[in-house]
Amino acid sequence: MKKTFRPDVDAPEYRGPYSPYDILKEGTIAFVVVAILVFALAIFFGSPDEPEITIKAWANAAPLDFAQTALSELNGTSISASYGAPYNTNATGQQLGPLTLAKWVGVRIPINSANDFVISPLRALPSTPSLAADLGEWSSASPSKQSAWLQAASASESKMGFSFGTVTFPTTKAGPVPALINDLTTMARSGSLDQSLINGGNFYTTDYTKPLLFISDSAYLGDLANKQHLLGTQWGMMNETGSYPGQAWLWLYTTLYQVPPMSSSSNADVLVFAIMGVLSLLFVFVPFIPGLRSIPRFTKIYRLIWREHYRNQKTA
Amino acid sequence: MELLAAIFNLNHYGRYFTWHWLNISIANLIVVVLMVIVFVTALVAPFPGRAKRKGDQ
Amino acid sequence: MSTEIDRQWTTRTRKRMVSAFPAEKLLPDTQPSYVASWIYVFGVTTLASLAMVILTGCILSIRGPVWWHQSSEGHFVNSLHLWSVEVFFFAMVIHLWGKYFMAAWRGKRAMTWITGAVTFLVSIGAAFTGYLSQSNFDSQWISTQAKDGINSTGIGAYFNVLNLGQMLMWHIVLLPLGAVVLTALHVVLVRYRGVVPPFEESSKS
Repeated sequence: MKKTFRPDVDAPEYRGPYSPYDILKEGTIAFVVVAILVFALAIFFGSPDEPEITIKAWANAAPLDFAQTALSELNGTSISASYGAPYNTNATGQQLGPLTLAKWVGVRIPINSANDFVISPLRALPSTPSLAADLGEWSSASPSKQSAWLQAASASESKMGFSFGTVTFPTTKAGPVPALINDLTTMARSGSLDQSLINGGNFYTTDYTKPLLFISDSAYLGDLANKQHLLGTQWGMMNETGSYPGQAWLWLYTTLYQVPPMSSSSNADVLVFAIMGVLSLLFVFVPFIPGLRSIPRFTKIYRLIWREHYRNQKTA
Repeated sequence: MELLAAIFNLNHYGRYFTWHWLNISIANLIVVVLMVIVFVTALVAPFPGRAKRKGDQ
Repeated sequence: MSTEIDRQWTTRTRKRMVSAFPAEKLLPDTQPSYVASWIYVFGVTTLASLAMVILTGCILSIRGPVWWHQSSEGHFVNSLHLWSVEVFFFAMVIHLWGKYFMAAWRGKRAMTWITGAVTFLVSIGAAFTGYLSQSNFDSQWISTQAKDGINSTGIGAYFNVLNLGQMLMWHIVLLPLGAVVLTALHVVLVRYRGVVPPFEESSKS
């Protein structure tokens, strides 16, 4: 039985003429043209290299923001502390309908913000009587005592200040918390917190999870990103620092974050990824999707591409 | 090695084009517009060697 | 009667390969006359750009991942690498638009389309890990933002965008390997099946 010819799936057998074609010459010309273009673009425009932010730079530029971030790590209210999987179990995480994908995978990159960002780095410092006393008072206190100190410190957070190298807490009910935060701020401003967080006592590392999570919990990093138009609300995913072109190919991914319900949903990330996953599958399997595979035939843009062929057919 | 420094310095805050919901950097807009122009040009521009190909008929 | 030599894996594979890909197919000297449009140059332009990306990446590898911060020659090579990526995506997207409007999957060419589409997606991953490997403010911002999207899927537990070493190795080993293998398959399929013929122009179509 003769198979039905499906114009969007099958191709007619070509019995027409062939022309000379030098594939190696074509490849060589393409490479030379691209090389010249790339060299020209590099010479004319260069590339961006906005220097990285160290914890030292952050703590010196915005010591109060650093101290407040450190307090939020200690009292478990920072973004990292209350993130959930893969860092901890302090939140359910994002949901895709009934699916809590991150939670199901679980904690694989354990982060305890109070210990990892505050207590352990302080313990790594050379011991002084006052530091040893403060750390001792903290670790020997009951959880309810620690909680009471943290509540007192947090309640006065809006009135915290920074003067003459010291973070000031307008409360006397916070126990050793003000001293610990001050010690950590001094450690950060000296640069030794960077190293402590990066390699945690080891020599080699290439994993920057801890310092990056700490910095991203601050308002400082976001403020710098805001100036560079890199925030999500600024379509930042498509942008580059400075005036350079960015990642225009992320246009659809970026757009989805701007439209409801994603624009106001706490599950925006997983929703966007799910939609992009489905769209990517549609893109990959276009040849098998009726309608989508018929658009080329209906729009007839192909008539521009093959106009010479159709003209020759008419005259022949 | 100043010879290797870029001719146009793009290391300043970018400018952005906003229109209703659209918010795009001028640099990205130029890239996208260029892509459309190049695509349309590729479709309509005459391709050399037509007489030669006619001879192969 | 087949001999022991005929039954060998090597012999059977060689015969199949030579039958499917005679030299005239791998390195043709003619092409159908309907290949007469500038839209057809964007496939080879994409290939040429990919070659530039890999070449400039290799030069960056010679001196290591922070060289480009420390020397103007390194910064220039970084600029070459960045702009070859921009040209790569520019050419690849125009190639994709052209192939879509030609319905280039017709005539048993679905796998050619699929390998091309997957290469595009893998390239986005390669570019993303490249941005993460810059070791500057951009890497810090992109990693701390992207982690939320990737973590939300559960993948972030294993693919840690804050881990520079891991991201750098995905960028210089795994993803380029994937992109090159997929590109090679894509090109081999084009050689195997040929360039898709035009739609038939008739009152039926």
